Amino acid sequence: MNDALFNKLGGEGAVDAAVDIFYRKVLSDDRISDFFDDVDMDRQAAKQKAFLTMAFGGPNQYSGLDMRRGHAHLVKKGLNDAHFDAVVENLAATLQELNVPQQHISEVAALCETTRNDVLGK
Amino acid sequence: MPNLSFNGNTYHCAEDQSVLDALTGHGVSIPSSCRNGICQTCMMQSVSDNLPTGSQNGLKETLKIQNYFLACSCHPKEDMEVSLPAVGTARMQAIVHSIEPLNHEIISVGLHCENPVDYRAGQFINLFKDATLGRSYSLASVPTQDKHLVLHIRKIPEGRVSNWAHHSLKPGDVVEVSSAVGNCFYVPGKPEQALLLIGTGSGLAPLYGIARDALAQGHTGPIKLYHGSRDVRGLYLVDELRALAAHHDNFDYTPCVSGADMTDASYAQGRALDLAMEETGKLAGWRVFICGNPEMVKVARKKAFLTGAAMQDIYADAFTLAAA
Repeated sequence: MNDALFNKLGGEGAVDAAVDIFYRKVLSDDRISDFFDDVDMDRQAAKQKAFLTMAFGGPNQYSGLDMRRGHAHLVKKGLNDAHFDAVVENLAATLQELNVPQQHISEVAALCETTRNDVLGK
Repeated sequence: MPNLSFNGNTYHCAEDQSVLDALTGHGVSIPSSCRNGICQTCMMQSVSDNLPTGSQNGLKETLKIQNYFLACSCHPKEDMEVSLPAVGTARMQAIVHSIEPLNHEIISVGLHCENPVDYRAGQFINLFKDATLGRSYSLASVPTQDKHLVLHIRKIPEGRVSNWAHHSLKPGDVVEVSSAVGNCFYVPGKPEQALLLIGTGSGLAPLYGIARDALAQGHTGPIKLYHGSRDVRGLYLVDELRALAAHHDNFDYTPCVSGADMTDASYAQGRALDLAMEETGKLAGWRVFICGNPEMVKVARKKAFLTGAAMQDIYADAFTLAAA
């Protein structure tokens, strides 16, 4: 959790503004769209919202173990560093579109980076 | 200290404690994940209307209006009666009021219930052939307009319930149905919003209900309905829908035929989804309803979202086929 960053970004409102933009980007990105192409789009959108809240430094109680468990099925399907990078890239592009200052975008990317090993099951 | 009723038991909820913490603290198992009102895993439904503020943040309008809430974000001030979603689908008896063919493979079944049924046009009920065998059918009727519940039942090859409905069911028969459930319906509050309705086959049923419900509730924004079929005989309610369009300036109806041999200029040539997307363009700000063939629903949902419709504004019902 990083209250300072979450508040600078605009809190819950920022997550709401970003979630559809981000979800559209990853669904349109051939490198990673398969991982996001859920039949239940509402459930998938809720997952994206949870991810963005965490990446923005907002309130969450996901542990490293939760991250490992939650992504294990995707790692089996081949989720790797290149995919992780692509997701972070799409997130940065989303924030640029919302005119978030580069310095904050770097902080978000750094926060994402702390989850890499758990997400990829390393 | 408020009390929570759940599954016939009563549990104490401490001051400022969430429903999720109160129930799980008493050993009740409730699915949850983020515990911060985001992932929606712990969604429950309240019987009572006194939902504390903040307990419905981020939920779709159709869920809010049915008293769904997030257990982790719900801090009761008063006693509440709660349940997990989709339980409490009570069964009741209905008398078959009418059976009429709509086209060569779809019949309209009108059902009369002794007590008024609480439902919204576009939701669905289960119709039971016997105690254990039932299938879901969407409601084409509008509670404020129609005296009976109306289902459109397509005959599925080898379909046990649909064949029974087509061949054995007759007016006067008593059948068992479930209460209405589902989240694909019209919610008032944004009367000027543009509505796009796309359906194939008997997916017209909920859309026919939703469109008439929206009009009856005074919707002023454009309402565009595209109904698709491979050939002309797969379409139905064409005259009724054309009459409705003639009567309401803001309602448009486009019957679409995707088969190659279409020459009749009174129908649009092409698939309903393609034609709808072509003619409406960007869907930012639109509310979209999609019903019918599961593959079409999946593609349409994604297309609607990628062309700008907000996730919160997309309502879909896939008509999956149960194993016969």
